[in-house]
Parts: sequence; structure tokens; C-alpha cells
Amino acid sequence: MSTLERDPREGKVQVLDEDGGVVGDVPDLDDDELVEMYRNMKLARHFDTRAVSLQRQGRMGTYPPLSGQEGAQVGSAMALAEDDWMVPSYREHAAAVVRGLGLTKTLRYWMGDESGNQVPEDANIFTVAVPIASQIPHATGMAWADKLQNDGETDAGFLCYFGDGATSEGDFHEGLNFAGVFDTPNVFFCNNNQWAISVPRERQTASETLAQKAVAYGFEGVRVDGMDPLAVYKVTSEALEKAKSPDEGERRPTLVEAVQYRYGAHTTADDPSVYREDEEVERWKAKDPIPRLEKFLRNQGVLDDERVGAIEESVEEEVAAAIEEAESSARPDPGLMFENVYEEMPPALVEQAEEFAAVREKYGDEAFLEE
Amino acid sequence: MSTQDTQATQNLTLVQSVRDALGTEMERDEDVLVMGQDVGKNGGVFRATEGLYDEFGGDRVVDTPLAESGIIGTAVGMAAMGLKPVPEIQFSGFMYPGFDQIVSHMSRLRTRSRGRFTLPMVLRAPYGGGIRAPEHHSESKEAFYAHEAGLKVVIPSTPYDTKGLLISAMRDPDPVVFLEPKLIYRAFRGDVPEEDYEVPIGEAAVRREGSDVSVFTYGAMTRPSLEAAEELAEDGVDAEVVDLRTVSPMDRKAIVESFKKTGRACVVHEAPKTGGLAGEITAILQEEALLYQEAPVQRVTGYDVPYPLYAMEDYYMPNAARVAEGITEAVEF
Repeated sequence: MSTLERDPREGKVQVLDEDGGVVGDVPDLDDDELVEMYRNMKLARHFDTRAVSLQRQGRMGTYPPLSGQEGAQVGSAMALAEDDWMVPSYREHAAAVVRGLGLTKTLRYWMGDESGNQVPEDANIFTVAVPIASQIPHATGMAWADKLQNDGETDAGFLCYFGDGATSEGDFHEGLNFAGVFDTPNVFFCNNNQWAISVPRERQTASETLAQKAVAYGFEGVRVDGMDPLAVYKVTSEALEKAKSPDEGERRPTLVEAVQYRYGAHTTADDPSVYREDEEVERWKAKDPIPRLEKFLRNQGVLDDERVGAIEESVEEEVAAAIEEAESSARPDPGLMFENVYEEMPPALVEQAEEFAAVREKYGDEAFLEE
Repeated sequence: MSTQDTQATQNLTLVQSVRDALGTEMERDEDVLVMGQDVGKNGGVFRATEGLYDEFGGDRVVDTPLAESGIIGTAVGMAAMGLKPVPEIQFSGFMYPGFDQIVSHMSRLRTRSRGRFTLPMVLRAPYGGGIRAPEHHSESKEAFYAHEAGLKVVIPSTPYDTKGLLISAMRDPDPVVFLEPKLIYRAFRGDVPEEDYEVPIGEAAVRREGSDVSVFTYGAMTRPSLEAAEELAEDGVDAEVVDLRTVSPMDRKAIVESFKKTGRACVVHEAPKTGGLAGEITAILQEEALLYQEAPVQRVTGYDVPYPLYAMEDYYMPNAARVAEGITEAVEF
């Protein structure tokens, strides 16, 4: 029986226990891929720490931290094939790196420059969506389009990320319902990090699990230990495989509930000490995905002190270089504000752009920019 | 009275012209698809998609679940992938559950992605009052959408324009909100060419030339405006009637040119007065033609009340008498 066919109210799929011991079937990844997974998680953790620090120093705007969620992000994103698509919320910085969006882009976006959201043409990543759950119908529409464009056969799966709070929104229901009705090649990936800002998971739904909601839409739901990157990889791979080539009578979409924890605040504008206990955070930190995978890889003889040290060093260099690049990027030309609103600028907008350029020319940037 | 199929021109109602535009463009462009509640086998509650399901099949004329945010949101995803979805919302009064998708995504995906993703989609809905419909079926909220940068907002008033404008909308690389004045869906017929043609988005049409006063209007209000102009012509008032056809981007040039000729203006729409587009047109005249102004601009609009149940709607909607009153105020100032 496929892992996906389990009762979504049963326990979570696990490959590694909290000490990095093997308790399930290890997915088919070679040593290089396993080390890449580990490195990506280390990169994400270090990036996150630095990003929060940049915000605290006033070098970056509000930022949504991801620490604790590296296993879910990296494990799931590594399951994507090149032609697959990822449709993020606003916290998937680690998954985006795996998919080919440089860290500099993520930094620029949170530094308030729209070009950070301009995904390179060769990376199948949709733009960041801030309104909760609103990207879910987009992912369904994208998958649906792909199916229609390929006469019902699809060569791509569409992986959509959202949080536990998103499952309360109408767009979650509408997006999953359409996916069920039109049997679209979607994987809906819920990062259940236990808190929607200050509102706990129990206040979002009376359902025993989030995964079981899939039953209502006519397809499979599965719970996975979101802090076990190998289990996440395995479950996501199986779901993507099913989305692209289902067996006779099998439905394409899957809802994955990746049970995990956000160690830090919802965003840097939030203070979680107001609504949750330190003891809870410590309890979840014992499940940290990074040492878990590291222990497993050390036991396998794939990692040793020297290699871990080299990875740490290279990760620090990569993040420092991205910060340097992001901070030394020129401030975006304000004229760009008027471009890309329409393919061709309407006359009234041309006038506004000209008016703006004239007043800027006359008074200079110092009249506009805060110190 | 029968017309032969081979004739190059058909005599169609406005809603038949919608259907004709959809069918003509779907024939030409395989990427165009129609989706919404009841648009398939049923052919739409107003029959705007009648017969398309039989002609193009269920993958291109898609009966969706009843979910406005789902319909618009999935259309956003489809359009981002290169299809040209034409979602229908049954009544514009039901667009609000999808409003978040319209203003948070449909209008700004091009900007947000710096052009990587664009949305060549057309969101269609019948709008406006006057057909004795239940509550929430008569709203006229075009100002919401005109206020949202990144959208184009088109409102036709004749069968000929409807086909040409809707085809232009389907070929437009930007998302278009296409509001159809359901009061005149079947009120009259007009000649509509059988072949495909475009009426450019963003260009107003002068429906009646005149030299004394300019009436600026659009959609279903074009008819009472013309009616009032004809009535007043008998008293020697020569009114020019300008049908905007697109309310965003608005044809400022046509508005200003007409006003410079007449020096007097009366703006007519059925939407409530406060925050309505008549205020926008008045501001354009202030900005661009103040010294030509011979009289205060008159606004003949719906009132600032929720659209009333139908026993009262004849009093709410501007009619020829109210337009004539507005024109007279402008002329006699």
C-alpha cells in the first residue's frame, strides 16, 4: 500500500526518528543528494538567522522567519522534477533556493524591491503570495491549464505551499474542491507549524487532523513528520508521481499535512512570547530536522566533522555574499513603478509618469527619500 | 423575418453579440475557454454562452463549482500558464466573494512579477439594474474596478460594440473586467458582422453630435441620454452624447474635446453618486478644460443608497426625464 493511502487520522509518516535513527523506508537518494539536502537545510537556517538580524538592524523590512521548517521545505522542494512547478506562500525561502531562486532575490523582495519577486524565466516558481490561501486556486488553475494543454496527460506536478491558518480560508476549500472536481495534478502542501500568528491550530479547525480534510474533496490526505526531511521527500515524491501518472481510477491531487513548528515569530513584527510557552518551543526543538539528518548521515558514514565544517564555512560565505550583493544593489529606479502595470502604458499613466519624472528632476531625490 | 446564414451581417441583441464574440474568438484561438456556474449545458443564465458547450465541449466551456473566488482564482492560474480564460460571474453583485482575487492578484500579477507572469483573461459579468431582479442582482460597481490599477474596465452599449470590444478584450494581454448592461441585453437589435473584428479598448464613441452641451455616459444609460437629447432638440438644445465604452483607461481626450466644443457637461450613470465615475469625469474637465467651462458640471446618477428592491427601482435609475433635467440645468446656468 502506498504511503498516501493511509488513513489521514493515523500517525505521521516517518523515516527518521528524533535521534536520526531509521524507522521507515529510506527514499532512493544517493549520497550527493543527501548531502545536498543537508547543506540546503544548513543554508536555510543560517540565512534565516542572518535575515532576522538584518531586520533588527534596520537593514531589511519585515521578514517571515522559517527556522524549524527547513526539513519540510527542502525535503518537499527536492522532490520536484525540473518541469514541476512550485507555488509558494511567503515563507518558502528555503524551497525557493532549491528551485533556483537565488538568496539575493529573496533578500531584495523583503528589502522592498519588486525585482526580488521577478522569477528567472527558467525557474518554475510562481510569485510570492501574501494574502492567506489566495495562491491555492492559482495552483489549481495552473495544474488544470497544464492538463488541458496536454490533452489530459500532464508532464508536470504543481506543488502549492500554505500554512495551517490557510485551511480556514474559503480559497483553501475552493482551490481543493476544484482540484478534486477537475482531477488536476496538484500537491497541496500544508506547513502545519502549529500557529497562525497567535492563533493555535486547535482554534483553526475542529478536525482531528488537517490531512483528513482531503477526504471531503475526494482525494488522499497524508500526515507526515514535517521535521523529518526524508519522510517529507518520500511523501511529496509519491504525491507528485501520482499527480503526473495516476493508476487506473486513482485521483491525482493529494493534501499533505507536514506537522512541524516555527521556532521564531510569524514575522519580525510579531512577538510570540505573548502567546506561547518557552517549554513548547524547547519540546519542538528536540525534533530539529538538521541534527536529525546529520546524525543519520554520520551513521551512514557520509558526513564527518571535516565535511560538516566545510559545509558550514561554505554556507556562511554564500549567505554573506548574497547579503553583500543585495545591499549593494542600486535602489530601483522609481520610474519602474509605472512599468509592468499594463503591457502598454495607458495615456493617463504616461502623464503621471512624466509628471513624477518632472517633479523628481526639479526637487531631486533628497526631497523624496527618508534618511 | 429570416436572415440567411450566409449573409455577412446578422441582426443581434446585445447578449447574442456576447455569445457571437465568444464563439468567433474560440473558433480562432484554441487558448480561449469559458468557465463559470451554468455556462456549459445550460448556456448561461442569460444565454450568453448558449450552444458553445455543444460546439466546443466541456473542456473549453466549463461548468465549474459555484465558487466565485475559485472561478476567478483558478482563472488567474490558467492565464498565468498561457490560456485565455473568460470566467463568467452570473451577476456583478456576486463578484465580491472573488474580490480578493481580483484586486490582490488579477490586477497586479504583471507588476508583482515584473512581467514574468501576465494575465490575458477577461472577467465577464452582467451588471446594473432595471430588470426587476432580486436583491444583489442589480449593482453597478464599476468604480471599484476602475479604481484598481492593472485592470481595464469595458462596458458596451450596442451589439456591434459588444462583439468588437469583447474580441479586443480576449486579445488584450492585460486582464479585462467586461461588464455587460443587462437592462439592454435584449432591449434592441443591431447589425453585427459575422466575421471577427475589434473595437479598440480605451476609445469613446460620439453617439450624437451636438454643440450646446456634452452628455458623458456609458452602458445602459446611453439610451435615456440619447432619448433626452432628441427630446431637447425639439426645444432647440443641441446635445452631444459621448459613450465612453471603456471606463478604465478612460478616453480623456474625447471627453475634453467634446467639452471644449460645448463648454457644458452632464454626466450620466446609474451607479451611486458619491465616489462614482461622474466625479472622475468632472475632475478631468477641471484639470484639462477649466477655462472652457460655462456652467457647473451636472451629475445625473443613482442615489447613495443600496440598490432598492424592484418596486422602487424606476425611481432610482436615471431616466430620460432626469437626464433632460440635468442637461437643462447645464444649459440654463
